[in-house]
Amino acid sequence: MAAKSIISRPVYGTLSPQPGKHHLFVADAEGALAITDLAAKAPDGFFADAHIIFIPGNDSKHVAALEALKPAQFYQGPSFASALPRLKQTLANAHMGLHLYLAGTEGLIGQAMQAALEAGIDHTSIQTEHRGSLARRIQCVHCKGITENVTTQPATCSHCGLLLLVRDHYSRRLAAFQGVCINAEDRSEIPPTEEIFR
Amino acid sequence: MGITFRKETFRDDFTFKNSPEHIRRFPFPFHEDSYMYAVNIEPHVLGPKGSVLENLIDVDEHYVAEMQDRALVLAEDPLRCQSLPHMTLAGWDLLELLMEQQAVGYPEHFTLSRDGDKWRWINRPLGIDDSFTFGDVSTLPYGPMEYITRQSQGDFCILDQRDGNLWMDAGMVTTQADWSLDFDIGMNFFEWHAPVPLAHEKGIFTRALKFLTNIQQGKPARRLNWTMTINPRLDTSPENYHKWGPDRATVTPENVGDKVHLRVELQSFWRLPRSNGIVFPIRCYLIKMDELVTQPKWARRLHRVIRDLPDELANYKGLTRYRRTLVEWLSKLDDGSPTSPGFGPD
Repeated sequence: MAAKSIISRPVYGTLSPQPGKHHLFVADAEGALAITDLAAKAPDGFFADAHIIFIPGNDSKHVAALEALKPAQFYQGPSFASALPRLKQTLANAHMGLHLYLAGTEGLIGQAMQAALEAGIDHTSIQTEHRGSLARRIQCVHCKGITENVTTQPATCSHCGLLLLVRDHYSRRLAAFQGVCINAEDRSEIPPTEEIFR
Repeated sequence: MGITFRKETFRDDFTFKNSPEHIRRFPFPFHEDSYMYAVNIEPHVLGPKGSVLENLIDVDEHYVAEMQDRALVLAEDPLRCQSLPHMTLAGWDLLELLMEQQAVGYPEHFTLSRDGDKWRWINRPLGIDDSFTFGDVSTLPYGPMEYITRQSQGDFCILDQRDGNLWMDAGMVTTQADWSLDFDIGMNFFEWHAPVPLAHEKGIFTRALKFLTNIQQGKPARRLNWTMTINPRLDTSPENYHKWGPDRATVTPENVGDKVHLRVELQSFWRLPRSNGIVFPIRCYLIKMDELVTQPKWARRLHRVIRDLPDELANYKGLTRYRRTLVEWLSKLDDGSPTSPGFGPD
């Protein structure tokens, strides 16, 4: 997105191979392509001690390409929630010098980073690359419920039903953008809904 | 002679008002006839008797009612008070600071006695007499930050200082001007200020951070900030925006004087001795237009400030819906004559 944003909004980069032996990748859907692009730049044997946690989504596209990298461990999960216990254990048992690479949707990157922060990893040491959908994970500031995969502005809170303005203000701790009632001052004002986070 | 504490409310029937003495001591935030952001930070030193700076931690006639309102907010939403696990020591620092300042400033209302780490705190307005061991959380009914900030006017943010930045890692925030502690906790100085328009481009936050990270123990600093609130409502949180937002559509030319309030924050910044954190009290003062315009200079100046405010700022402060009605009402009290320099009434 080229649009001017605010400082709390995460900025993503391009994955690049870091020196060292231990590499943990977490990716979803088209995030796999960020890993295969990295592989093209990586030295021989880079994946010999790598662990890839991959959530392919609706099809198993990209699974074969990741397996072909021959990582020491490859895990394919049906959802981020199902991968989370494994991710937490891996982070808890991590060696000094583990490099963490996150690629895919903002929701995936944010939630994996949240787990890493809880494990004491500094967010600035984590490599991230955004690929695929711009769908957002938002926290309703009113009821505190999280709504996943929000693609519209405004969006309806899946918990309390308020119509929310999806802000660029982002919390790494919650792994979510903030949603604030867009018509709090006059509920009869219903702005048009646009699909802008695709 | 002590303070006579008012019985009043900040919700439902909104009986809050200021006595004539409290109108005169109101911290009017405009020293000239226009307003733009600036790094308006100055040393927090004692000011004239009868002003809000007579003591460095101000206690006023609204104390008891404000503490009752805070208790109602917390019962409804405990997430307004949060402290990340590494912030307990800073909470003890804050407890010491607020007990000392309130006891020194208002000995008829508060007494602190200490024998090593055995402390006794008497808060007469709230009917509290507690003995506890300083540093031992099991001897207080709440964590140290929550305990003392349930007995101190204003919101409190405790900032951890590391990596050359300040981190919003603890706070008691029930009287805020539309920002969420629950969302912002854990953020650094630039991140939690991210939504503020115009100021980033002006380099305000870079300079402010440099100043704040250099604050020394015993040398607090302060600044004023302001916004406007419809009805004397302390809890204008984003959490409850869908409940108080409709108030903004109720302003008419007939009720401006009673409904529209100038809301001033006296923000101060203190280095904490044990934790090396910074505590940032945000003390909120409310005054309705009918009270404010009893000082003709303030009426003239506020008219000019609100009339000439950049739209982006007016929008950020939530004034847009009633701004025209307010400016029209104030214009009748502005004869165009010059205003004297400085904040005070003539």
